[in-house]
Amino acid sequence: MLLNQLEELFSGACDELAKLTNLKELEDWRVRYLGRKSSLIQALRALADLPLEERRSAGARANEIKKALEASLEEKQKELERGLSSSLRHGSLDVTLPGGKIPLGRLHLTTQTINEICNIFVGMGFQIVEGPEVEREHYNFEALNMPEDHPARDMFATLWVDYQTETGEKPMLLRTHTSPVQVRVMERTSPPIRIIAPGRVYRYEATDATHEWMFHQVEGLAVDKNITLADLKGTLFEFARRLFGVDRKCRFRCDYFPFVEPGVEVAIDCLACGGSGCRLCSNSGWIEILGAGMVHPDVLRGVGIDPDVYSGFAFGMGVERIPMLRYGIEDIRLFYSNDIRFLGQF
Amino acid sequence: MKISIKWLREYVDFSPPLEKMAERLTMAGLEVGGMQTIGGEWYDVVVGMIVRVEPHPNADRLRLVTVDLGKKQPTVVCGAPNLIIGDKIAFACTGAQLVDDNGKLVQLKPAKIRGILSEGMVCSERELGLSDRHEGIMVLPADAPVGVLLKDYLGDIVLDIDVTPNRPDCLSVIGIAREVVALVGSKLDIPDVCYDETGDAIDASASVEVLAPELCPRYCASLITGIEIGPSPQWLQQRLISSGMRPINNVVDVTNYVMLEFGQPLHAFDFANIRGNTIIVRRAKQGEVMTTLDGIERTLSEDLLVIADKERPVAVAGIMGGLHSEVTDSTTTVLIESANFSRAAIHRGSIKLKLSSEASLRFEKGLSRTLSLVALKRAIQLMQQLAGGKVARGIIDVYPGKQQRETILLSAAEVKRLLGMELKVTEIVKTLELLGFVCKQTMGASQIRVSVPWWRTDISCQADLVEEVARIIGYDDIPTTMLSAALSEYEPVSAINFRREIRDVLVSCGFQEVLNYSLTSLEMMSRLSPDLHQACPKPIQIANPMSREYEYLRLNLRAGILATLGRNERHQEDSIRIFEIGKAFLPGPKDLPEEREMFCAVLNDAPAGLFWKGKPDPVDFFVAKGVVETLLERLGLRAEFEPDDDEDLYPGRNAAITIDGNKVGVVGELHPKIAKAFDLCGTAYLIELDMDRILLLADIIKKYQPMARYPSTTRDLALLVDEQVTYKQVYDIIKHSPLVSQVTLFDLYSGEQVAKGKKSFAFRIVYQLPTRTLTDEEVDKVQQQILGKLAGKVGAALRA
Ligand SMILES: [Zn+2]
Repeated sequence: MLLNQLEELFSGACDELAKLTNLKELEDWRVRYLGRKSSLIQALRALADLPLEERRSAGARANEIKKALEASLEEKQKELERGLSSSLRHGSLDVTLPGGKIPLGRLHLTTQTINEICNIFVGMGFQIVEGPEVEREHYNFEALNMPEDHPARDMFATLWVDYQTETGEKPMLLRTHTSPVQVRVMERTSPPIRIIAPGRVYRYEATDATHEWMFHQVEGLAVDKNITLADLKGTLFEFARRLFGVDRKCRFRCDYFPFVEPGVEVAIDCLACGGSGCRLCSNSGWIEILGAGMVHPDVLRGVGIDPDVYSGFAFGMGVERIPMLRYGIEDIRLFYSNDIRFLGQF
Repeated sequence: MKISIKWLREYVDFSPPLEKMAERLTMAGLEVGGMQTIGGEWYDVVVGMIVRVEPHPNADRLRLVTVDLGKKQPTVVCGAPNLIIGDKIAFACTGAQLVDDNGKLVQLKPAKIRGILSEGMVCSERELGLSDRHEGIMVLPADAPVGVLLKDYLGDIVLDIDVTPNRPDCLSVIGIAREVVALVGSKLDIPDVCYDETGDAIDASASVEVLAPELCPRYCASLITGIEIGPSPQWLQQRLISSGMRPINNVVDVTNYVMLEFGQPLHAFDFANIRGNTIIVRRAKQGEVMTTLDGIERTLSEDLLVIADKERPVAVAGIMGGLHSEVTDSTTTVLIESANFSRAAIHRGSIKLKLSSEASLRFEKGLSRTLSLVALKRAIQLMQQLAGGKVARGIIDVYPGKQQRETILLSAAEVKRLLGMELKVTEIVKTLELLGFVCKQTMGASQIRVSVPWWRTDISCQADLVEEVARIIGYDDIPTTMLSAALSEYEPVSAINFRREIRDVLVSCGFQEVLNYSLTSLEMMSRLSPDLHQACPKPIQIANPMSREYEYLRLNLRAGILATLGRNERHQEDSIRIFEIGKAFLPGPKDLPEEREMFCAVLNDAPAGLFWKGKPDPVDFFVAKGVVETLLERLGLRAEFEPDDDEDLYPGRNAAITIDGNKVGVVGELHPKIAKAFDLCGTAYLIELDMDRILLLADIIKKYQPMARYPSTTRDLALLVDEQVTYKQVYDIIKHSPLVSQVTLFDLYSGEQVAKGKKSFAFRIVYQLPTRTLTDEEVDKVQQQILGKLAGKVGAALRA
């Protein structure tokens, strides 16, 4: 190739480069003039066949041209990129405009809480079971050590069901607690038993901000040889730690429920005042969260489990109370009036 | 139970601060719910003595009274009628906080009353916040120390203790004192009971017959003649008031005082009105009538226990006395009753008469039978002291229910087995003895024979004793261990996981979960289609409903969720999507009603919120159906939809959902009349599924399907068919043809562009084989076959 051909190629390339307007064209240009198959690169390769003298002068010039083109390419590339980002700006968006939200559903606050409680106990080896909401008087009371006229029955204002079957009249009611599930499980299973039972319960009750006639409980039961009150304490303290946080203080005090002995009430230090006393905790600094105890020997005997061989613990807690404490909900009636403005917050 | 600390300290001394003591009681099972300070505001109120009473120069009804306060003798204006020289009174200096007519605390200021400056005031009980009495000034006992702050003389702290139903013994000051003794290890000091029997032998004057021994295990009675009725002394009245009772007269006040002191309710009869001088404890006669102390005439029935004389009932046993045997100002002889009644009888009676009293609240918890006599003697002593008279010789004690006192064998091993804490026998014995239990060690000292103190009716087995030991030692001292026992055998409960899965899918589809009441009203149920409900079983009724609103167990979830939709529509314009999973209660042949788990969802056709980019697609039947399809597909189920005629849904716009030929639910647009009945704004769509049935059919086990490895061929097909031909007819023919892997309808048209009575379906068909790439010729051939089948079976033609 002759030098003047090289010069021609060079000036042509420079003219073309000046006219390029975008990166795609620039890439085509690069392939055309600097690519492996371009005339310049091929000319450079062809130099080897030239006589030494010519090779020297043409080679030097060819290399100069290549370097110059490469430099122009780089410059042009920078120039085009600058231009590109400024041209993209013409199509910029108002990013403060609202996005198209995807409508989300939510579980009812009660369901969320039950799931949370159950998950904790499942993690401790408890199994979830369920029982009927319309229950025989026997399971709700007698089998739990509350025969007719037992004074403790007054703690459970009862809604009775007007229902008769062919098998005759057996008093029926809406269960006042989830404890009947304990009895049903113990009747059909032999120890070791480790269950929790969530569900709806009902009371004959006038409603107000803290009382509702329908609410939910979660019942727990563990029966085996050598289950102790210390195990109950450990289990419930661990539960409280996991549910309310590791820094919560927990109190275990004597209380009375006819179907356990010894009986226990578990409280946590008040979430509102931290224990110094306020309206929420009636100035006691403590908030009761559940009732518990060692299964009463008469209850075990009633389901055919020998209380001298086996022992067990049981506990029961109200579900709604927990989110009420956590989120500062002041009226329990909000739960089942199902206002989406309420439910949608959780 | 309200417990005056001053009163409590008469029986037991304790050194810990009151807050600490209250906490120990709470921890041991007697929750102290409140602490009320009496006299906390009495800063400038002093005990004084009236030394001079003179008329007010400018007013007839007012007088000038001079009071000796020790250091000074102020004279103030007073309007009270009972100003007697020498009486001790409470004097409020200016600046004192007193209760005004409206019950508010106000500061006493100097005042000019009818021209005379009055700096201070002689107080009534109401002004001190002690009671409502305002007829005259409060007269203090004669030994009240002049010049001492009233706060120090009369002030008190009252604990409000929540006594659990197993501890009727603690519904008394002495009962609480016994607990305090055990908790702080001090000594109990119960007053000695002694009195002189100077009257006639009681058997000569009165007799008692117990005709219903099963309801009245013990009846003790005594007689005091020549009694003088009058007000009780201040200290006794004060005790009653601080315990929340109203003083009446010395005799009645003594019965109440002893009830508060020992926990045994007593009753005093005016013996002059006991005909035949005989007390008969019997069941009431059916229809028998008596007027109780509250002045209400009550008709009695055979299941009630009454105290009667020879002719008529004089009291409803253990609940309330009769009006005509009441102790009045003219009473001279009283018969004091201290009895034990069966807790069941009193409980039932109290419910039946809708009447409860301090007495019935104690009896229905089951009192000690020994207590009757102990309390009676205390009442005799006090009554004679305060009302005079002669006590009859001897006591009537009819005791058909006398029991052998039982002992319980307790071992240290049992304590450890239940508590998980090792305790020495000596420690156990010491703790029980603090509570009044008597312990004897046997069997080489490893076992303890425990006698239960007579006042405890709640202890009958080893576990009871274990609790006693634990609560006195303190639950805080019990170690904390995790369960070490074996895990129970796993019982899969698919319903629970299944429910969780369904909830998750619905939530992902943008549905809010709701939970509606299980009880409903006839009115609410009747808002649904009546035709439908004639076919349904009769709902189960509540025997004692709280209101008409919640009287029946729901037969389905529809009414509840539609009402919830209606309520929410009132404040939400955007689309609402809600669902519920819950039980419907159906009468059935079994022992208990069938509790069928149902799923119900509703969505209205409001737009899903305003959006600046444009309107979102409206909600219609196919959106609702899409939810069902999404849900069932997730559960691994393939449902069929067939036209249905659900009465609550819009005719022709609802479908039965079937799986393998079993109907599992419905989906459809709400019938306009139902939408109107529930006050809905516009159209709504309802989905109902029978969870139990779906669970039976659901195949949760998933299996991996390899992805296609060879390319597919896609063809579009526009078909012209008669109006009546359904999508499913066409789809089934295409889908079940060879090589077809996917069929998607992408257009449906009827109108000007096609002939009348015709419509056009446009399908995209994907042909594919798992084993190799298809050739165009193969696909053409199959498509020709499909067209042939479509023409033959549903008269379809290619659209030009
Ligand atoms: Zn608090």
